Amino acid sequence: MNKHTIAITVENRPGVLTRVTTLIRRRGYNIDSLAVGATDDPTVSRMTVVVEGDDAIIEQVTKQLYKLIDVIKVVDLTKEHLVARELVLIKVKADHSVRPDIVQIVDIFRARIVDIGRTSLIVEATGDQRKIDALEDAFRPFGILELVRTGKVAMIRGAGEDNRRK
Amino acid sequence: MANMTGAQALVRSLEDEGVDILFGLPGGVVLPVFDQLYDSSIRTVLVRHEQGAIHAAEGYARATGKVGTCIVTSGPGATNIVTGMADAYMDSTPLVVITGQVATNMIGTDAFQEADITGITLPVAKHSFLLKDARNLPEVVAEAFHIARTGRAGPVLIDMPVDVSRQEMNYEGLGQVRLPGYKPTLKGHKRQIEAAARAILAAKRPLVYAGGGVISAGASKELAQLARENLIPVTHSLMGKGCFPETDKLSLGMLGMHGTRYANYSVCETDLLLAVGARFSDRVTGKLSEFAPHAAVVHIDIDPAEIGKNVRVDIPIVGDCRLVLKELNEILASLRGNKSSPRRDWTAQVEEWKRKFPMGYELEGKLKPQYVVERIYYLTKGKATICTEVGQNQMWAAQYYLYKEPRSFISSGGLGTMGYGFPAAIGAKLACPEKTVFDIAGDGSIQMNIQELGTAMQYKIPVIICILNNQYLGMVRQWQELFHEGRYSYTDMSHQPDFVKLAEAYGAVGMRVNRTEDVRGALQEAMQITDRPVIIDFWVEREAGVYPMVPPGESILNMLGGDLDE
Ligand SMILES: Cc1ncc(C[n+]2csc(CCOP(=O)(O)OP(=O)(O)O)c2C)c(N)n1
Ligand SMILES: [Mg+2]
Repeated sequence: MNKHTIAITVENRPGVLTRVTTLIRRRGYNIDSLAVGATDDPTVSRMTVVVEGDDAIIEQVTKQLYKLIDVIKVVDLTKEHLVARELVLIKVKADHSVRPDIVQIVDIFRARIVDIGRTSLIVEATGDQRKIDALEDAFRPFGILELVRTGKVAMIRGAGEDNRRK
Repeated sequence: MANMTGAQALVRSLEDEGVDILFGLPGGVVLPVFDQLYDSSIRTVLVRHEQGAIHAAEGYARATGKVGTCIVTSGPGATNIVTGMADAYMDSTPLVVITGQVATNMIGTDAFQEADITGITLPVAKHSFLLKDARNLPEVVAEAFHIARTGRAGPVLIDMPVDVSRQEMNYEGLGQVRLPGYKPTLKGHKRQIEAAARAILAAKRPLVYAGGGVISAGASKELAQLARENLIPVTHSLMGKGCFPETDKLSLGMLGMHGTRYANYSVCETDLLLAVGARFSDRVTGKLSEFAPHAAVVHIDIDPAEIGKNVRVDIPIVGDCRLVLKELNEILASLRGNKSSPRRDWTAQVEEWKRKFPMGYELEGKLKPQYVVERIYYLTKGKATICTEVGQNQMWAAQYYLYKEPRSFISSGGLGTMGYGFPAAIGAKLACPEKTVFDIAGDGSIQMNIQELGTAMQYKIPVIICILNNQYLGMVRQWQELFHEGRYSYTDMSHQPDFVKLAEAYGAVGMRVNRTEDVRGALQEAMQITDRPVIIDFWVEREAGVYPMVPPGESILNMLGGDLDE
């Protein structure tokens, strides 16, 4: 079972997110992560979905997605050269004694501190999944109070584009 | 052109779409629309239960190929059509279903009779619209009909809030269809079709497996040409009944769980399976790994998602069955030249199986359900429209009547919905008044939508309901007999109404038949009645079974019964 990153270009209409997720759920596939947002064309949205499955399953997901009237295009980005990024916010326990250590980790990962509390810090980072995972591991010994990840967004490198209406 | 309300525009747009019959039942939020229907040229048929409305619309659609339509109110009216949506989705039946909805500013507040019907039907609708602004109505209606009838057909829902029905707007005819994400592939890939043609010419034991898609696409003529010019035997799924005449020498009848022995044997021997408009349902394939084990598979279907879904396909062809078969026939003709087909061995083998393992049942003793179906076939010369309920009655209707024309068999295939047949028969009869229309029913199923006798009386719709009354949920009983040591847990339905009196209570005609020799007379009498429905309550042998039968999940070679030599 491999993870596949699928870019879905959809009509920006009410309910389209539900249609896509209901379909993926109904066919019995699991969504690892999901990110949705606008594109440069306001009538078109872009969803980036990470699902697990072998090639046959991904082919079936793709075909089923195409059956949705509001789906314009489905691209499996996994085999492409791509830039993939995720954003994470981590609230980490940080009293005065450990702050310097945390700041050092933040520097190494080129992350940022975006909020300072009396006993905690919020750190923001972007990167590919491996980097985010590593950052999380690095903070774990200090005590992670809260963590949110956006889910992956991705884009093919070079002039190739996959957002357009065809 | 004209200023009007949303309700007026809705009815006008349905007229503009060519809707002639609309099934429905009113309620609070659809009152403005029903008020417009009062003066419309559309014939609105008032049903007794919304499930009846949607199945009648399905019957209409299946009998004609046109889009069936129905209209119901919000809340319970809307939830009552869910089964029909699922049914139409499974069997690719084109429908446009209109539900009323509470006013837009009330949506989401748990208002009286509010139900999130677009949400509830999401997995069983080809598409749905929540119409929040009447100005979008001309496009929405045009798109709904377009989506319902093109590509792989299916049910489309329009949810219309009551304030949108009252909203003033400008209606200038149907709108433009603008669906950038929806472009069904109609024309098959030329090189793939050529590959299929070469495979056919090279095959020693080719077999066509035809499904409901042949009927939807109107591809019967092209299919018959393919089979006859290349001497290829044809088997069909339940949904494919009528796509190729079962009286033809090349027809093997139905395959699968209750298919003929010769069809299932042929599947196991074929070296080239040509699946046309079919979807390899588990009721057809049995154990997948042992289905058509020696065959290369050509799969022609309009829905790309069906190809490779259940079975590995060697030559996939996405396209409209009629267009693809037409092109395939042309290519075959040019490749074949005047060489004659070398496949007499194969057709001789198939004919021998047909001779050796014919369909049959024991006529001795109590009245047999199969006999009733056979009599209907002979008396109507196979020219009737046969609707069915679900269960043993459905399978006997499939096995003992030979379907010769597309759209002559109307049954709930994919969902197996008890209660489908009678309302579907009403829809089919209204669509084709010149046809004799039967509902071959079970005593259990008929009780699920029996209330539509009221509808059939009101509109003088002479459909003939033949109850094959075994006082059991017979198909389930059969499974209990075979797989649960005869423990008939909750399948005895002998507490039942007197169906003759029940018919009479509605003003319909009721008859009861217990004896084999009375079947013919009763049917003849029923066929004379032209102004009301008829129920014939056939008291058949209670424990008659449907054979052959492949136990679920087993290879389709493992057929129980139905072999007179055994
Ligand atoms: C709505 C619905 N509920 C339950 C079933 C399961 N089921 C399949 S066949 C059957 C028995 C049908 O009995 P009857 O209509 O008397 O037909 P018979 O098999 O006796 O001919 C049942 C309960 C079904 N198909 N549909
Ligand atoms: Mg019964």
